[in-house]
This record gives sequence, structure tokens and C-alpha cells, in this order.
Amino acid sequence: MSLLITNAVIVNADKKNTKPQSIFIDKGKIQAIGSNTDVKATKTIDAKGKLVLPGLIDIHVHFREPGQEYKETIETGSQSAVKGGFTTVMCMPNTRPVIDNAMVVEGLLKEVNRVGLCNVIPIGSITRGQKDQELVDMFELKKAGCLALSDDGKSVVSSQLMRRALEYSKMVDILLIQHCEDPLISAGGAMNEGVTSTQLGIKADPYISESIIVSRDIELVHYLGGHVHFAHMSCRRSIELIRQAKKQGISVTAEACPHHFTLTDDEVRSFDTNTKMNPPLRTPDDVEAVKEGLKDGTIDLIVTDHAPHSKEDKEVDFENAPFGIIGLETSLALTNTELIRKNVLSWEEVVDKMSTRQAEIAGIKNKGVIKEGYDADITIVDPDEVWTVTVEDTASKSKNSPFFGRELVGRVKTTIYGGKVVFQDK
Amino acid sequence: MDKWSKHDLLDLQTLSAEEIEHVLETAKSFKEVSSREVKKVPALRGKTIVSLFFEPSTRTRGSFELAAKRLSADTINMSGSGSSLSKGETIVDMAKNIEAMNVDLIIVRHSVAGVPHKLAENLNASVVNAGDGCRSHPTQALLDMFTIKDKLGEIKGKKVVIVGDILHSRVARSNIVGLTKLGAEVTVCGPSTLIPIGIEQMGVKVSYDIDAVIPDQDVIMLLRLQKERQEEHYLSSIREYAKTFGFNANRLKMAKKDVLVMHPGPTNRGVELSGEVADGARSVILDQVTNGVAVRMAVLYLTLGTKDVSKEE
Repeated sequence: MSLLITNAVIVNADKKNTKPQSIFIDKGKIQAIGSNTDVKATKTIDAKGKLVLPGLIDIHVHFREPGQEYKETIETGSQSAVKGGFTTVMCMPNTRPVIDNAMVVEGLLKEVNRVGLCNVIPIGSITRGQKDQELVDMFELKKAGCLALSDDGKSVVSSQLMRRALEYSKMVDILLIQHCEDPLISAGGAMNEGVTSTQLGIKADPYISESIIVSRDIELVHYLGGHVHFAHMSCRRSIELIRQAKKQGISVTAEACPHHFTLTDDEVRSFDTNTKMNPPLRTPDDVEAVKEGLKDGTIDLIVTDHAPHSKEDKEVDFENAPFGIIGLETSLALTNTELIRKNVLSWEEVVDKMSTRQAEIAGIKNKGVIKEGYDADITIVDPDEVWTVTVEDTASKSKNSPFFGRELVGRVKTTIYGGKVVFQDK
Repeated sequence: MDKWSKHDLLDLQTLSAEEIEHVLETAKSFKEVSSREVKKVPALRGKTIVSLFFEPSTRTRGSFELAAKRLSADTINMSGSGSSLSKGETIVDMAKNIEAMNVDLIIVRHSVAGVPHKLAENLNASVVNAGDGCRSHPTQALLDMFTIKDKLGEIKGKKVVIVGDILHSRVARSNIVGLTKLGAEVTVCGPSTLIPIGIEQMGVKVSYDIDAVIPDQDVIMLLRLQKERQEEHYLSSIREYAKTFGFNANRLKMAKKDVLVMHPGPTNRGVELSGEVADGARSVILDQVTNGVAVRMAVLYLTLGTKDVSKEE
């Protein structure tokens, strides 16, 4: 089956082609890009008035399989992903059991292929069982299909163990993603420590629990080489440290989530447990710092940290509620509404941070660019469509979002994965 | 003051100065009821009040229960010891189950801030907060304000210092909100580890030197020091705390002659307060307890009054 996209205004990270072109897709690949529209294709999509982007990539999602299928599955997670315009996602290993051996990876990949809606790449843990005690078999995990390792949900706390992980990962050539949180300082805090937590009397986690681990890992990379990617950066101090490290040529990269550039800890005043995530919502100054970091390139990626939790999980008191919110279906629209339309980032920069650079950092081949010979993963967006986020319209199995009721601009119209239309907006 | 319009009492942030004054006025008339031979009025006859405590409490719970009974309401206690929430029941579930028993008002205490708010959002019954986490304990602050007003005539312009573990204290937070609303000048004093970040933005002064602030104060309010704070590294030792911040006869000598010494109870005698001062002439600790019943009667009466309380006398 072949596919022709006509009137395509193609946005790649390096440039936006204002002149509409045609994209001819066959055998899962982009075969030709040009002005010729005479090609015979099984199906034609007219992209007039839309933007045509490389399929979005998100290297930080939680699909809860295996073990917590009541929150999300590979299938429902994939449906949520393609609805949000994502064609490749990497799922974190804090499942039950933890993704820390080849058997779990193989089982997951089998299910990913059965579902077939998008590319789901498992991330292995750094330490066995995420117990912060011993390293996983990195060669085995890489061979099974993992492109990255992370103990996400918590840090590798032991500096010595992190040192060994870094040294070993250099040899294996696999990406390490650090969730930065010193647990002795965060100490079970449920929100950002500051004026708001003082007024609310909620156990709080100061931003230094994040920046201390950022700082430590920068020192480790400075000393040992290798590379660390920092998950969900949320505070000014972490971003300053990364900016400085990058200037000094230390090989670190970083990501940030839409909620950290749109919401502040003021939201917690509602006691809505959908305002509880880890790292927590922080101050307006931190929100500004995240935007500055995205703008000047200190923060390489926008990721969702899509973290589904059932209604029952979240309908408890604030301190005992689990951390996290879903995000795949609102990510691009929030980015458009809050960053592109407010002149923080251009579409090209967003394509870079939500696709091209994701593929580069994780080492995902033949994706992230609309280019002849590359995989036909494509997202078609109406950049001006105004829509309201609702529970009914959400494909994820879980509905834990603080954005319900919010009006956003920009909507994914069509998602193409491997040359097949996997999502079509009505 | 027109008709009372608050369906719940969740915190003092949501009451105006005028509304706080109205509660205190109402409590004054109820205080008299408790001194009668027959300590009962029919104001809430036929109403059902449930007290739902997820944290241990003796005096607050007893005080609420007496208040409800003296107003002729039917009361029951539901102990959420440990919390059924940890057994998989959600707050909403629990709220709806209680509501299904046609309850008019729920008094709730929980170790986590915001739980009374979540209950109130999901219930038609009124909710009265008997303490949520470190955030709010509105009836304690109201009874403290009642006591200050009763003893000193007014609150406006009075200087109040709250001494101790401000970080973990819902009593401190509610008093700060209430007292500053009524025009008192509030200082918080305690070890720097137990003074939360940004507390100044709640309109108080901060001091780490109790001796420097004592002479100016009209009210000295001591907070209970939990002994676990030492294990959590907030303190080097209870002994050092008692020496540095404990209120005793020597420190009382530095205070104004008519100073009020208050404590929300239960006291750690010899830690934050010496027994001698606790039992001394300036202590109003037992008045606080007495006034607590009257204030809680006022709160229950006013809150249920929004739902057309029986007018019969």
C-alpha cells in the first residue's frame, strides 16, 4: 500500500519548507519528496493548511505493562500516543516486574508488534529491580532492544554505583537517563518546598533534591566521560548547572515536560491530586527558567513523562496519592499554545525537541526527519485549531490530567506510522 | 451580620474578619449554656453529626462531641484508625458512604492537608475541619481567639508570639491566619529548623530569640514539641530545646504582668512549658479547654443553620 501526501508544508528541524510539496510513501519508507503530484498511490491525503512534521518521539513515557494494566497497557498507551502525534515512544522500566532483563523486554516487544500502532522501545533499569544495589546486564538489555537505561521514579542514589554504571555504559554504548532526586532530602515531600507549601502545610520537597544529583552526575561525567541524560528538569538551579556544564563541553543532555513550563505550585491549592507529580510543580521563576532553557538549547527535549494512574489511585489524600499525570495527548498543543504562539520556540525548534533530537540522543535510526529513505513516520497538524481538553476525548486508559477544561491551540489531524495511517482526527 | 452563609468550616482563610467575630459572639451566648444545671438546648434536635477522626485525639474529639450533645444533636464517632483509605477505599467512596446514611454534618480530622476540602467537594452534608495535616485547625484558633478576647477585651493591636515547632503546626498556621485578620501582631519563634520557608509572607515576624521577644508580648502561645523531632534532626536535643525555647518562671518574670500563657494541649511539661507556669496565675490553658466547647457549639450551630435549623426553643 502506498500513500501520497499533497500540499505538504514540511517542517524539519533544520528548516521549514514554505512551498507545499508532495510526499510519496511506499513500503513503509519515504520514497520521494517533490512537486510532482502525478504519482499513483493507493491513498492520498491533502495536507492543505496543515503542517507536516516528522512523527513525534517521546523518550519518557510510562505504559505500566507488565503489572499495572489497570492504569495503562501497551495498547491503550499506543492509542494515546498516536492521538497525540507520537510514532515512537520509549517506556520507562518501573513496571512490575521491573524491565531489568531480556525476557521482560522480549515479552513487551512481542506485545508492541501485536498492537502495531507505533514504535514502543523499552527502557531497561540501571540497577536490578531498581533497587540501587547492583547493575543490570547492560549488554543483554541492549541486545534485547533497549536503547536506554533508567531507574526513573528514583535516582541511582549511591554515587559509587552511578560511577560504575557510567563507566560500564560507555563500554556498552547505551544511554543513561537519570531521574534526579536525592531521596534523603526530598523525604517523601508531595509538593515543591516554598511559600505555598508553608501555607498549605503539605510535606515538601525542595528543588535542591534535584540539583544536587544533577551536580553530582555532571561531576561524574566530567571525571569519567560518558554521557548522562537528565530526565524532567524542573528548577532554575538544575538548568543553570547544565548550561554551565555544556559550555565546558561536559556531555550531558536534558529534557523538560509541558507541565513544568505551564503550571506552578499555586495549582496545588486546589488539593487536586492531578497537580501532584515528581518532580513537583514549582515557582513562576522555575517555569521561566525552563522556558529559557528550552529557548537557548540547554534543555534538548520536550517529553511528557506520561504517567497514567487510575481514578481510584488518585482519589486519595494529597500526600498519599501517586505522582504523575498523563501527557501524550496534550503535549504538542500545550507546546504550541505556550511556547510557539508566545514566541519562545519556532516550529522548527519544536520539531527538533519533539522528534529529531530525541532520535539523536536515544540513537533511534531512520526517524526524526522527513527525508527520502527515512521511515514514513509523519504527523500532520492543524496549527490553528482550537479545542478543549476533555475526559471523553482522552484515549489513555487513565484520565489523570490537570488540563481538563483547558482550551488549547493546535491539533493533531493525522498520524502515520511506517506508511500506515494509525490515527485520523474526526 | 446577615444570615451565616458558610456551608462548611474548612479553614480561617475562607472566613472574613467579620465572620470570625460573629462566631466569637455566638460562642459567648453558648458559653453560658455550659454553666447551667441542665447543659442542653434543643437547637440542633434531629440533626445527625458524625465525627470522623483518622488521627488520635482526646480533647478535640471530646470537645466536639460535648458541643454537639449540648445542642441536642445525635452524634456518632467513626474511627478511621490507620485510615480505611490505605485499604483501598478512596476519599470520595468514603464520603458517599457516610452521606448515604443521611448525615447532616461531618467533623473530620486527617493527617494530610486538604482531606476536609475533598470531602466537602463531594458531599451535601456540611464538613467541619477538626485538623488537617499541618495546615489548618480552625476551631482551635477560634477558641484561642475567643480566650484572648475574653481576657484582654480585644485582639486588634495585641502582640502574640507563637513559640515552638511552627513547621509542623496546624494550630500555628490557623492562629496566624485568624489573629492577623483580626489585627493582632503575630511573631513566630522557634529553632530555625522548625520555622518553615517563607512564613513571613503569612504576615508574621520571625524570631529565634525568645528572650528578646517576651517583654513586648500580650500573649505567649506555646506549642507542643513532638519528641520525634530530635530523631528527625530538627533538634540536637530536647534538653537544648527546653533551655533555649522552654517557657518557665524565669522567662515569665521578663513578661508583661498581665500576659496570657496559652497552650493548645497536651503539654509536655518541662519541655516547652514548665509545670509551675502551666499551673500558675497567668496560664489560661484550662479556660481554652472550657471555651473550646462553646466555640464548637457556635460553629456547629452556625454551619447547620445554613440549612434551616429548627427554630423552636
